[in-house]
Amino acid sequence: MTGTMNWFIFTLLSPLTGGLLLAFIRQPARSSAINIGFSCATLIGSLGLAVAVLQQGSHEALAGFFFLDAYNVFLITLTSFVSLTTSIFSGPYMRFEWLHRDLPEQRLRLYHAMFQLFVFGMLLGFTTNNIGVLWIALELATLATVLLVSLYRTPASIAAAWKYFMLAGMGIALALLGTILIFFTSSTIFGHSNDALTWTLLFAHAGELDASVMMMAFAFLMVGYGTKIGLAPMHAWLPDAHAEGPTPVSAVLSGLLLNLALYALVRFKMLVDGATGTAVAGHIMIAFGLFSLCIAALSLHKQHDIKRMFSFSSIEHMGLMTVAFGIGTPLANFAGLLHMTVHSLVKSGIFFTVGHAAQAMGSQNMEQIRGLIRHHPGIGWGLLTGTAAIAGFPPFGVFTSEFLLFSAILDTYPWLILPLLAGLLVAFAGLFRFVQPMVFGPVPAHAIAIEANMLPVYIHFALALLLGLAIPGPLANWYEQAATLIAGGAAL
Amino acid sequence: MDDVMLQEAISVAASLMLLISFALLAQHRLLSVLHWFAAQGVVLALTTLLVAVISGHYELYFSALMTLLLKGALLPWLLWRIIRKMHVHREVEPLVNMPVTMLIALTLVLICFYVALPIERMSQLVTHNTLAIAMATVFLGMLMMITRKKAITQVIGFLSIENALFFTAVGATHGMPMIVELGVAFDVLIAAIIFGLFFTHMRNTFDSLDLDVIQEKSKR
Repeated sequence: MTGTMNWFIFTLLSPLTGGLLLAFIRQPARSSAINIGFSCATLIGSLGLAVAVLQQGSHEALAGFFFLDAYNVFLITLTSFVSLTTSIFSGPYMRFEWLHRDLPEQRLRLYHAMFQLFVFGMLLGFTTNNIGVLWIALELATLATVLLVSLYRTPASIAAAWKYFMLAGMGIALALLGTILIFFTSSTIFGHSNDALTWTLLFAHAGELDASVMMMAFAFLMVGYGTKIGLAPMHAWLPDAHAEGPTPVSAVLSGLLLNLALYALVRFKMLVDGATGTAVAGHIMIAFGLFSLCIAALSLHKQHDIKRMFSFSSIEHMGLMTVAFGIGTPLANFAGLLHMTVHSLVKSGIFFTVGHAAQAMGSQNMEQIRGLIRHHPGIGWGLLTGTAAIAGFPPFGVFTSEFLLFSAILDTYPWLILPLLAGLLVAFAGLFRFVQPMVFGPVPAHAIAIEANMLPVYIHFALALLLGLAIPGPLANWYEQAATLIAGGAAL
Repeated sequence: MDDVMLQEAISVAASLMLLISFALLAQHRLLSVLHWFAAQGVVLALTTLLVAVISGHYELYFSALMTLLLKGALLPWLLWRIIRKMHVHREVEPLVNMPVTMLIALTLVLICFYVALPIERMSQLVTHNTLAIAMATVFLGMLMMITRKKAITQVIGFLSIENALFFTAVGATHGMPMIVELGVAFDVLIAAIIFGLFFTHMRNTFDSLDLDVIQEKSKR
């Protein structure tokens, strides 16, 4: 018990200390090393935490203010892993940007400090037991990324960051309204105290919450947190924010921040399901997820900017996960969790590759990017492998999770297969239509040689491959625990 | 007795909030928008104080003071300084003309009353009117954010949504627990600072705070 506590405090404090420290370090080389160091410490802490929780089961920490269960400890590990590889990637990447795009040192300092603060917000959001603090943590992570998106201070990046800020602000305001409504009904049971916002207590007494208020609250939470997941039609901020910010930021936005918003939504769905005793919340999620998937698959074809194109692919996959959690059977949840993992790994890997490709070709415009395999085989093959993985080619984990999801759908809503499959195929066609000419063909004259750090990419893809071939026993057990937990404790 | 008094008081405050929300939408001059925004902050602080006195939640005294300082004084003053320093064009330019905006606003209020109907049965503290009005003020703030062209009026819309949410929390539940309230206030303050930063960047990069101009220039 105390072991878990120590691991937990260590994991949570590491990014916070890192962020505060990095705000004072001027030399870019040193701050990038420190950034990696703190991310590494966070990962070690969260691995220790994961092992402890896996052995001892879920429990509360620090007087019930935080809690750890199979579901969130898995996402904590994923978050700290991806943030570590992102910090490794961002070392040479940001050095290149610093030298070639004349980014002042002060801006790099802001970047490193905000990166760690963002990780802190993520971890706080995952572990807190208080749905009000969950909101605060998500807002904190959002504010940190707003500053990161506008890092280059170009006209387009400021416009993108403003749009992100405004839409996210509006979304998060609706989410707060939903939270207030939950407090409104729960304070009649628990009285006017923090208990009425404590998730574990709410979950245990979900049946006593007023069904009509909870349903109304869920409508607000769905639109509010849905904005942050990037679900259509509230997705307008997402492609701009991904395209205009530095690439490591695009990677963590897609790979991590969207997960936190979806995590929050699923937690609330668990409460609403308990209160209403119907599957209406799940149906709403399926509808939003399906709509996002279709819109994203179609919009993907109209893009010119490579990061925008892949950000639409993120919307597509978030939609797919929302459908999975909306169906809500243990098998579907299992598929959703697996998909969350492989999507985070593959998509952030793709963004790393794309970042290097854009540096080598001096542009994010897909018509300017040509002949990657000849110019730099590592980047070219990386992009091709990543695209194959995200499109759902068999040996990779995305295929496994999509296959599992389709099996779950066959048991529940078989007619959903048709629109989902159509959406996936359209997106698939879009991805390859753009990626193929970028990867093959002659090298354009404007290409420059760059120092690419492909190690994080290979690690990510190897893990995605491993998850596709055979999920290791303990991990499968872990997913199973989390999936049954989300489904409300029913057997698999 | 106390409960009745509290209900009456909150009802009065709710109608004031709704009135101010409409006033915010109807202004043609930027400075009057700002005045009404400050007035909203003050009404919010007074409501909090009133609820604190009647319900006896001591935390709320602190909340009331914080609201008065932050939302009634500090934020309006910061915005006023920005308007003066940046020579923002003083006219409000709505995307949708005023009468249509007012009609949309009216419809929103009606919808909120309809949505809040099922809640009437369970409430102990609040009438469903209060909840409906609180939701309506949130939506009116959103309407303001959507229909205005200038970054600064959008920010006032955003902050008035925050005010409305705070009012919902105070009116419907006697305020959220202290930790949450402090956290939210902290986030709003950080957001306000970032807004200020953005205004500076926008003026340096675009020489304007008009979002049409910004969209136009950022495309090049």
